[in-house]
This record gives sequence, C-alpha cells and structure tokens, in this order.
Amino acid sequence: MSNMRQMRFREALREAMSEEMDRDERVFLMGEEVGHYQGAYKVTEGMLDRFGARRIIDTPIAESGFAGIGIGAAMMGLRPIVEFMTWNFSAVAFDQILNNASKVRQMSGGQFSCPIVFRGPNGSAKQVGSQHSTSMEHFYATIPGLKVVAPAFPADAKGLMKQAIRDDNPVVFIESETLYSVKGDVAEDQDAIEFGHAKIVRTGSAVTLVAYSRMTHVALDAASLLAKEGIDVEVVDLRTLRPLDEETIVRSVQKTHRCIVVHEGWSYGGVGAEIADRVQRLAFDWLEAPILRVAQLDVGMPYNARLEQACIPQPERVRDTVKRLVFRDG
Amino acid sequence: MAKESSTKASPHAHSDRFIEAATERALDVDHLAHLYRQMFLIRRVEEESARAYATGKVGGFLHLYIGQEAVGVGAIAALRPDDNVVTTYRDHGIALAKGMPAKALLAELWGKKTGCSQGLGGSMHLFDKAHNMLGGYGIVGGHIPLACGVAFAAKYQQQDRVTLCFFGEGAVSIGGFHEGLSLAALWKLPIVFICENNEYAMGTPLSRTLSIEDVSQKAEAYGMHRDRLIVDDVLDVEAHVAVAVERARKEQLPTLMELRTYRFRGHSMSDPAKYRTQLELDDHKQRDPMTRARAQLLAAGYAEDRLLDLERSAEEEVAAAVAFADDSPEPDLSLLAPTTYAGPFAY
Repeated sequence: MSNMRQMRFREALREAMSEEMDRDERVFLMGEEVGHYQGAYKVTEGMLDRFGARRIIDTPIAESGFAGIGIGAAMMGLRPIVEFMTWNFSAVAFDQILNNASKVRQMSGGQFSCPIVFRGPNGSAKQVGSQHSTSMEHFYATIPGLKVVAPAFPADAKGLMKQAIRDDNPVVFIESETLYSVKGDVAEDQDAIEFGHAKIVRTGSAVTLVAYSRMTHVALDAASLLAKEGIDVEVVDLRTLRPLDEETIVRSVQKTHRCIVVHEGWSYGGVGAEIADRVQRLAFDWLEAPILRVAQLDVGMPYNARLEQACIPQPERVRDTVKRLVFRDG
Repeated sequence: MAKESSTKASPHAHSDRFIEAATERALDVDHLAHLYRQMFLIRRVEEESARAYATGKVGGFLHLYIGQEAVGVGAIAALRPDDNVVTTYRDHGIALAKGMPAKALLAELWGKKTGCSQGLGGSMHLFDKAHNMLGGYGIVGGHIPLACGVAFAAKYQQQDRVTLCFFGEGAVSIGGFHEGLSLAALWKLPIVFICENNEYAMGTPLSRTLSIEDVSQKAEAYGMHRDRLIVDDVLDVEAHVAVAVERARKEQLPTLMELRTYRFRGHSMSDPAKYRTQLELDDHKQRDPMTRARAQLLAAGYAEDRLLDLERSAEEEVAAAVAFADDSPEPDLSLLAPTTYAGPFAY
C-alpha cells in the first residue's frame, strides 16, 4: 500500500494536470483567468509560475474561439486542456464541441483525432442564479464521439483527470464548485483510472442509489439518514457517464431489486432517463418497483436560497423517495 | 490600429512588391501552365460532380467551385506542401489544389470506401491528412477558430508552417469569425484568412448583409494586416497571398484577405440563382480567370498542342476518377465504431 495523503478536490485536479504536463510536452492549459489570476476557483493556482505562459494560457472571454483553437491544436497532435470558468459558459461553444470535436474523427474517415479535455465546474453552486446553475452533462452525454467524466472524490478526480488527458478522444470533465474544497485520501502513486468503471461506495440491500459528481455525496448522506431508520441502501458512484458502466448498476439492482437515480439538472431526457432505460431492459425480471429519479425540479434555478435548495436534490428528498419505494406495498 | 502596409487596401492596390512578384511569376510559363491545368481539372471535376448529382450518384448537398478556381489554385500555389489548409463546405477545388487526388474526391462524393473520408464525410467534409488538407466544414464560421488552433499548434511546436483558412463573405457576420480573428491577432498566429467574396451569401447580396462594402476593413479592429483584390489573374492571387504567407511564416502575423470572385453556379445544386441577372452572370463569365490564363499562355508562346495535351491529360484523370468511384465498394457498418472513437466505443 502506498502512502495516503489528505487532499482537496481542487488540489487533486491540479496535481493530475501538473503531472501530465511534466510527462508530456504536448499538454497545455487554456482558459479564462487560469494563469495570472490563479484560477477563478484556484484549481490552477501556481501553475503559471511552474509551467510558464507558453503552456498556461490566459484567454479573453471567447469560449467559442478558444474551444475551437483547442480543437484545431488537438487535431495537430497537441493535448489541450480547455477550462470553462463554468460549464454554463460552454453553451456558447456548444457548436465547437458538438460539430467539430465530436465529429471530426468520423468526418475525416478516421484520419484526424481530437484528444482534448474540456473541464470546469458544473451544475448549481450557491445562489448563483438561473444562468450559472445549469447541469450541462446531460447535453454532452448524448453525443457519440465524446466521453463524459464526473468524479465525486479527490482520488477519482486525480486518476480520471490523468486518464482524460491521455485519452485520444474529446473528454468532457465535469467538476463542481461545491466539491473543490472536499477532502479525501489520495494515494501518493495514484495513477490514471480507466473509464467505464463505476464504484460501489456503500453496500446495502434495500435500494440501489445511482449518482455521480456532487450527488454521490447527497446519496451517501441520504443513506446515513436511512440507516438510522433501519433501511440499508447501496450507493453506486458512476464516475464516468460515457462510457456508462451498466454492468455494475445492473448487478446492484439484481441484488436490491429497486433503483433510484440521483442527479442535478432536469430529468427530461437526461442521464437518469438513460439509466432507467438500461435498467428496465437489462434487469426487468429483477425489478420489484418502478425506477425513480431524484433530480432538479423542472424549472430554472431560482435565486432565493430556500427555493434553490428545494429545487436541488437534498438528502431528505432522496430519503423520502427511497421510503416511498420501499414501503410502496405497505 | 491597422498596420502601415495595409491601410491603402483597395481592390486594385498593388505595392511595388506585389507587382515585382507578379511580373517575375508571369514570366514562368510552365508555372502558369501548371496552375491552368489545376483550374481546368477542378472545373471538369465539378462538371462531373454536377452530372453525377443529377443522376443520383451524389446525394445531399453539393456546392460547386466553378468560377472561383483561381482563388484556391492561386492561394495554395503560395504554400509549401507542409502548410495547412482549412475551408468551408465549398471545398472541392481547395482539396484538389492542395493535392488530393481526383479519384479520392469523387469516390468520397459517390459515398465509397475509397473516398478520402471513406465515404463518411461527403462533399462538404473533404480531409486528406497526407496533403495537410484539414477539412471542409459545414457550419458557417465554425471552422475559423479551429483553423486558428491549427496555426497555434505550429507556433507551439516551433514549426514554421502556415495555415490558410478560407471562408465566404457570408461568414464575416458570425461570432466564430470575430473570435478567431481577435485571438489570431492577439496571439500572433501564423495564419492567413481568405475571404472568398463571391458576392452572394446563398441568395443574399453583400449589400444586404454587411454595413460596409470592403470586407477587409474588418481586420482594422483587430490591428491585423489586410489586403484585397479582384480575382482576374491566378498569378496575381498567388503573388498577393505569398506576401501574407511570408508575413505569417517569418513574422508570425496573421492577415485578412478579401478576394472578390464569382461563382458561376448557384449556392448549391438546389439553387436556380434567380437573385441575379443573366447579364451579370455573362459579364463575369467573360472575365473568367481560367479562360484568361489560357489566353495568357497562348500569348506567351505556349504551344496550343501542349495546351491541348494538358487538357486531355486532365480529362483522362477525371474519366479515370469517375470510373474508380463507380467501381469502388461502399463502406460497411463495421467502419462506424472505430471512426467515432479512437479505441473502444464509449456507450
């Protein structure tokens, strides 16, 4: 066993990027405020001093422009990391990601690849209002050609970031402002983690909760509340949304016979809908109850603190949903 | 602030340097013959494409380059083979000028596995890595930042490779154009932006889409060099583009060029081009740069027999390409997964 260190989520990301920049000259980072300002959320703190302005590049506010530059550079064999100050701002670069990054390999008959990482915080933070609280992963996860990664813990953040940078495809890397200060154990020799492997972060038998990113913590909190009432739930942390580890989900559901997906963002056509489809197809005979989703309420994010919290999935809402499912016959 | 050398840009503004370069080139008859053959080949490929479209061999959209050949041929003549080119969906002529074999192009249009993109890209998405042809793109202006990234990569890797980025005047109103130019000027990227102003954004004339008549003026806001010319003479195009290419290669500075040209066909095959008069079209056809190049060659003493041989060899190349495309197999489903992801499919 190698030595463990306590590390914050943002430090784990920074360490992953720095190690990959050390080992591969082709890797560079660009985005708004990543250099001199030390990162809007301090993820890239100190990296400009360490790697210099050639590789840590402050950009103007032009997401479509610098996302496109990253894509062109990736086609030429570089390995850009493009930071969006938040994933909300990627909406103005959506054309670049959808029409260029995800499609150039097929359009060129396999001649050109696009090894690029787009990363940044996603979903809600704290009262940042309607336009800064969108969960963009649902849009990106539908697009073949992309990979979508959404870790919940610092060790996974580090290992998956290293893999994202090494991957030969465009990777959408989903973080959360509310996770950046979360601490966790990270092995000193934490290496890249292969995509497509969900992790059971709590074992149980009554219900399978499927979650990712920040919602994994909400699901775990709900599990603690439920444990006090004698209900024992299993929590599957997806870690990557595309590829999606349906095997681990299905195996868990075959044990618990019930499934609830917990995610930020809207439920209509989202990641939860995709998981519900796969579970009913692949574990139909094991299900004892409908598959439910706990998601953002189907409205834009309100500013008012109380209303905002009511819109975002909370441990209590997850707990109540579990109880509805477990006691539906009772 | 616009750079000194470019403040006098007008359609016929020639610095001494341009004239010198053009004169020097005009004496090189074999070079002009080479460019003429390329233009002739492009036109014949386009005519065959149109014919194949009419008979259903080519599907989807088809945007022909007929009338604009001197732009792509002249501009690319100013490049080294290891320089890069990125363009729009009107990409056939550019791809051929960059070195893509006619058979790979036609097979792609036919949707065949032997096409440049194995039949997965089609007319609008022609790629040829071996010839540094980095694609035709279908979203207006969306390829301009990407082209800047190609130039950025050359600079990052300390290579002196230049990128040419083509687009129509219809692209200068969209954000991608402005973000691309802004960043290219800010970061001093080795790129030449070539606006092929063919006067119509689909069916809408420039006067109804732009507040100014001189597209190259857009460079001023970015402190970028600019140039503009009317495309009559392929050697003139080459000479002008060569100056911008040199600036990109030696000084790592971008240039915006406006090349006034004209397409003889509609926007695409479904466009009867009713927004312009026959008189206007005829007028432009009389000033066809390809015909002009032929006349120049004859006037310079290039034997007509040699010219006919050259045209015959291009005809044969096109006929062989058509036969190749006809005889080639179609791609099958097994191609889809490995061209979507490098490595295992991510589902």
